[in-house]
Parts: sequence; structure tokens; C-alpha cells
Amino acid sequence: MAQLKAREVLFAPIFANNPIALQILGICSALAITTKMSTTVTMCLAVVFVMTLSNFFVSVIRSIIPSNIRIIVQMTIITALVIVVDQVLQAYAFQLSRELSVFVGLIITNCIILGRAEAFAMQNPPLISAVDGFGNALGYSLVLLFVGFSRELFGSGSVFGAQILSLSTEGGWYVANGLMLLPPSAFLLIGGFIWVLRSVRVEQIEKEPYEIGPNTRTSPAF
Amino acid sequence: MRDKNSVSNIIRVALGVCLVCAVVVSTVAVTLRPMQQENRAAFRQLNVLQAAGIYEPGIDVADAFQRVERRIVNFDTGEYVDEPPGGFDPVRAARDPAQSRTLSGDPAGIGRRANYGEVFLARGEDGRLTRLILPVHAYGLWSTMFAFLALEPDLKTVAGISFFEHGETPGLGGEIDNPRWQESWVGKRVRDDDGDMVFRVDRGPTPEGVPDAEHRVDGLSGATITARGVENMVRFWLGEKGYGPYLQNLERRIRIGEEI
Repeated sequence: MAQLKAREVLFAPIFANNPIALQILGICSALAITTKMSTTVTMCLAVVFVMTLSNFFVSVIRSIIPSNIRIIVQMTIITALVIVVDQVLQAYAFQLSRELSVFVGLIITNCIILGRAEAFAMQNPPLISAVDGFGNALGYSLVLLFVGFSRELFGSGSVFGAQILSLSTEGGWYVANGLMLLPPSAFLLIGGFIWVLRSVRVEQIEKEPYEIGPNTRTSPAF
Repeated sequence: MRDKNSVSNIIRVALGVCLVCAVVVSTVAVTLRPMQQENRAAFRQLNVLQAAGIYEPGIDVADAFQRVERRIVNFDTGEYVDEPPGGFDPVRAARDPAQSRTLSGDPAGIGRRANYGEVFLARGEDGRLTRLILPVHAYGLWSTMFAFLALEPDLKTVAGISFFEHGETPGLGGEIDNPRWQESWVGKRVRDDDGDMVFRVDRGPTPEGVPDAEHRVDGLSGATITARGVENMVRFWLGEKGYGPYLQNLERRIRIGEEI
């Protein structure tokens, strides 16, 4: 196996192999917590922390993990890290942790984290695994921040709670787009993100799995 | 290296990972608990102030709470009692068979009610009562909703409500958090002049021009069961099994001109 370069491992997941845009993983949390930048950033930091460390620790013990319980061992490590994040948030950022509510706990089920632990950390040494986790978390964060920024700006006219577009409900000119505050808007934004990304990087466009054939003649039974 | 898939290695790795994770998690939980409890207490105080309409963004909650007096009330007699040694925890009291009892008629869906309850009396600069804040709770669709209901000094008019904790469906029942809806409660008369319960939550908006509009608040569309829970909550807790005897006590004292 060729020696992996830390630079590539770090930057590839951001555009070239973005876990959300290319692999379409982990979009559930992207819908739920991106109505505001403050919660989005908190979520991103939490995922960066959990993913870097989970990849690191899984990789440290990869040679002794029995293959038939490897998923549950990875999950235990991820879960422990997520509980730590949740407890710290409850102690130091109580308001944010209430807004994020169950979604901090749901980081455990974020498929990107388990996916990287299984696909990368189980085969590579600790440091490069930590870099891979960090890079993938950055790729995830990039999409989340884009979605969060757009939703807060167009949905509430603000960024990080600071009013930028004056709302018509408060006598300004901007009519807030209520759709942006609802989960489906995140789908539209992620879709738009993927569209732009794949227009620039054409190699990411998936091949058609099959071709639709020409119409066959209607059967005589009709 | 030994076979990593041997049974002994599976057990060893499983135990080791669990042990290390358990130690990490419990260390973090124990060291951070005091701060979390402080946060939760502060959040509760903030909700009391919000219900009372005293809260404004940016004020020092602990400081504003200085003018709020916390008393313990015996639900049956309606009299104040001294705080039991070791403090009074309403949630724990409701679970403890020695400090609570099973309800026979239970419209609020809470099962047990503690014998004692907390009340908060907010006072103005001159020491007169400005708001009476009652902690109330009831079962909605999915969850027990905890709220603070603030009454004007006439003990009949709502001064505000604030939902402290609930797990209703976001966007439907969760709209009980909506500040605009909560604002529509202000000024509603929940008890009539005889002290009888007249409050109700409508289905959908309250029709225009009904004579008893001052006793009714708009329903929440798509959240009939949550809204019914809210109605039962108010009716139960202001009724005779809730704070009713206490409120009658206060009214009697107001009538004879006593300071409350």
C-alpha cells in the first residue's frame, strides 16, 4: 500500500471526497440543527472532536480488536466521546445544549464517524487516522456551515444572531423566507451544493447504473 | 502475536474497552455535575422570571431573583409550611410515597401529586406582591410538560406563562414554546369572581366576539391533545386538588386587608 500523505488525507475529504456531497452520508443532522449558525458551529466542533479522537483511539487498538466485535468496540469508543461532549456542553454552554437537545446524542449514529472508523482507522496508524477523521469532519463542517449560514441569513435575516437583513415584521424591507427554517430547505441547499460541486468537478458525477431502453411494443393483450 | 479472534481475547478487549470508557465517562459526569446543576437551577429561575414578565435579555437573573420569595405550601390546607430540613425538591417529593399521594381523579395525567408544593412571590420595590408564580405540570401528548403560571395580585388574571420543559412534537405541540402564543395568555381571567374555574383552550382560534373570550386562549392547530393537556393542567392546578385552597386562603387574607 502506498504511503498516504497527510496533506492529501486532510484535504481530500473537503472537496474531492466530501462525505456529505459525494458519499451522501450524515445528512440527517444537517437538516436538524442548521437553522442557526450558533448551533451549527457547536455541532461542527463536536463532530470534529469526536471524529478525530474516535479515529485515533480505534486505530491505536486496531491490531487487538477481534474482527467479530469490531463494530461494537468502535461504537463504544464513539459513544463515550459523545457523552463527554454532551456533558461538557451541559456544563459550559447550557443554552446551546438545550437547543441542540437530542442531536448531540445522535452524533453517535452519524454514519460518517462509524464509516471512517471502519474504513480508515482499522487499517492505518493512529496519527494519519486522526488526520483523516479531522479532514472528514472538516468536509462535513463545510457543508453544514454553508447550509447553516444560508438558512439563518435567508430564514431569519441574521448571522450568529446579529441582524443583517432588516425584517419586514420589524419594519424593514426583507420578507423572511419561512421555508428556510423548515428541514426541507436543508435538502434543497445540500442539493444545490452538490450540483455546484459536481459542475466544477465533473469526475464526481455518478455513472448511470443502467440505461432506459426504447419503448417496447404494446402487448397484443391490450 | 496471539490470535486476536480467540474467545479469551474477545472478552479481554470487550472488558478493557468498556472499563476505560466507563471511567472516562463517569469522571467527566461527576466533575461537571455541580456546574450542570447550577445551570439547571439558574434556568429554572430564569423561567420563573419569564413567566412573571420580569425577565429582559441581559439582566442578571440571580440578582433579579432576589426580589422573588420562595415558599412551600401544603396543598390540602393551603397554608405555608417551613422548608423541610435538607431542602424541598418538588420532583423528588412527587415520586416519594411518603411525601405524595396517588390521585383518584387525575385530569392532568400526572399520577401522583406531592403533598407540598412550591410557590414564588415576586414583590415590587415597596414589598407588595406583584406576581404570584405557580409551578404546574401535566401530561401532553408525549411528555410531561412543566410550566410556570404567573398570576396578577388579584389571583384571577394570568400575567404570563412559560414552559420550562416538555417533549411535545416540534412545530405542533412544541408551539407551546411560541412566545406569541404565550403572550396571548396575558390578561386572561382563569377564575371567575367566585373563584370557579372558567378557563379553556379552544380548538383552533377563539371565535370572534364570543362573550367569554376573556377566559379562553387560542388552540394550537395540529396539537389538539397537547392543547387539552395544557387546559387540564391549568384547571387541575388552580382547582381544589392543586393550589385552590391556597388561593382561597390568600383571597380571604386580602379581603380582611392583610398584606400577603
